[in-house]
Amino acid sequence: MKNSINNAFKVAKKENRPALISYTVCGDNTKDKSLQILNSISKDLDIAEWGIPHNCPTADGKDIQNSSYRALQNGIRLNDIFKLVKRFKKTKPSKPMILMGYYQMIFNYGDKKFIRKCKEVGVDGLIVVDLSFPDNKNFAELCKKNSICFVQLIAPTTTVKRMKEIIKSSHEMIYMISSISTTGSALKYSIKRIIKNYNVIKKIKPSKNVVIGFGITEKTISNLRSADGLVVGSAICREITRSLKDRQNPVTNVSKLVRKLKNKII
Amino acid sequence: MIKLKKKTPLIDQHDKFGFYGNKFGGNYCAETMRKPIEDLSRLFEKLRRDRKFLKKRDHYFKHYLGGETPFFKLENLTRHLGGAQIWCKDVSAINGDAHKAYHATVNALICKESGKRYIAGDTGAGMFGKNLAMAAKKMNLKCKIFMGTKDISRQAPNVKFMRDAGAEVVPVDSGSKTLVDAVSECMRHYVSNCDNTHLAVGSAIGCNIFLKICAWSTSQISRELKKQLIKEFGEIPKLKLINVIGGGSSALGFWNEFIDFDKKHVELIGVEAKYAAPLSTNAKVAILHGAAQYCLTDKEGQIAETHSLSAGLDYPGSSPLHGLLKDSGRARYTNASDKEALAAFKLITKLEDIRPSLEPAHAWSECIRLAPKLKKSDVLVVNNCGKGYKDKKIYIEQLGYYPK
Ligand SMILES: Cc1ncc(COP(=O)(O)O)c(C=O)c1O
Repeated sequence: MKNSINNAFKVAKKENRPALISYTVCGDNTKDKSLQILNSISKDLDIAEWGIPHNCPTADGKDIQNSSYRALQNGIRLNDIFKLVKRFKKTKPSKPMILMGYYQMIFNYGDKKFIRKCKEVGVDGLIVVDLSFPDNKNFAELCKKNSICFVQLIAPTTTVKRMKEIIKSSHEMIYMISSISTTGSALKYSIKRIIKNYNVIKKIKPSKNVVIGFGITEKTISNLRSADGLVVGSAICREITRSLKDRQNPVTNVSKLVRKLKNKII
Repeated sequence: MIKLKKKTPLIDQHDKFGFYGNKFGGNYCAETMRKPIEDLSRLFEKLRRDRKFLKKRDHYFKHYLGGETPFFKLENLTRHLGGAQIWCKDVSAINGDAHKAYHATVNALICKESGKRYIAGDTGAGMFGKNLAMAAKKMNLKCKIFMGTKDISRQAPNVKFMRDAGAEVVPVDSGSKTLVDAVSECMRHYVSNCDNTHLAVGSAIGCNIFLKICAWSTSQISRELKKQLIKEFGEIPKLKLINVIGGGSSALGFWNEFIDFDKKHVELIGVEAKYAAPLSTNAKVAILHGAAQYCLTDKEGQIAETHSLSAGLDYPGSSPLHGLLKDSGRARYTNASDKEALAAFKLITKLEDIRPSLEPAHAWSECIRLAPKLKKSDVLVVNNCGKGYKDKKIYIEQLGYYPK
């Protein structure tokens, strides 16, 4: 179990494709629905990411804001999220689950208590958007002690010097932000430029699993398939929004979308 | 209890991670913002020691903002309340009508120095927005102001001003449609445009560098006041300095030069809006807009909604520096309701010639409560930090009139 994130990358590598990682918001649009969505798409996924909704998300674009808003409107709480993760891991024990959120939600719950709870319900990794290096050192160590992968982020603005330090203190996976952007806007940089940034990171430490995220859609995903992994978030959240608006079933629509995404990278 | 360091400017009392008293502040931001804020910190540290830059700042403060703001005794109010002497530091007399003028001007100057052509800021009452729009126009910068749709409608005169000055006002329709949402949206804009845009945060909040720039700029108020006090009294008399607190930029500027005084000599009193009062209602520490601070939240840790007639005070958080002043016991904090602020406006404007906006009306309310309990030798100074014209419509709705 401990290395399930590493395993996921190994499996994808063996199949000569990037790992596919989804981002949805836990509780969007209801607790059960968000679990149904994840269960349904997980056959096409290598890693699942669930967002912890927060009502002051300073790094998220409109799509994820909408998802978080729906989840909060429907009363999702941190303890519900832990319960849902447990239910997910019960049926899919080998599917890595990463929780992503803002530090305020963790700080309010208590760092230690939060990490202990994550371990207990089977969370494999954590991304804390606004807890960046080096302020995250203690937290990342605490994660490591509890066999949870703390995912460091690298942005286009990150200097090479800082990059090296971040990589050095990173765990199994690193998240590369594609462009100077919040989540959800279209890719601002050319594919060439993104791959170039990606290669800078890989060159520093080739064995590290580096995923690219922010702005990846059905249209762009195949061009980035040389990466170790690709995260699709806003495009999926947008599909949930569209389905709800058109009174269609988000479970089937999102499953179709994820299947298409997968087909573009195999 | 946290101990303040003597002879160290308040804004510099942080550790290398940007924390004050190991507890407040920090840099809780997306990785994308790290490099830009580091660059900005370096630039600011250089500029604040650069004589040429300081001269430029002083030049703008004097010739563009109109120089020293008046300090005078309110004889009628003093007589009416029959206790302490009441004095007014009338910051609202500045060109720009509020203390936000200092902070906006400095930000535009820094933006210019950084070589960036775009400047973005948040606003609630519209005071920071209008001053930033003005300064941007003066310095040839492209300006975007983020403002909640509720505030756009209740502070319409300032919105018109911003647009007339050539700024783009970006309406923010999420959440409570007020300042908290405007700040979030402005930060998102910065995350997406930090390569060519300077972020001017509207109060002493946000990541370390933003609150430092803000409090450094508004401290002009207390530099002037210190001189004015000595001119009037021949010394710094036994004082109480009363200031309204939204994010806390005006209070920090009003108090900065007096931090090292004993609190029995110079007492610092902050006044929040009753239903937006993290400092005076024992709120927990939370992380909001990049910093740890006293902040209103629900049990789950979600940021709470606030309610105030005053758009400038309708914010759940508070400056990390006020957390420091509170926990060190240097300042004390109280609050006033909408009703109390309105009553204060009514009395003040009946007796005196000043026309405070809703924000300083909260400070006046505390002054009116306190003065009768004090002696003639006690000196109360209120920072009248904003002009009332922007709230004319609200005053008329609430009181039935707006004084001449
Ligand atoms: C006149 C005036 N006073 C006070 C405030 C509150 O902000 P701060 O506490 O940062 O001074 C505002 C905010 O817009 C304002 O316009």
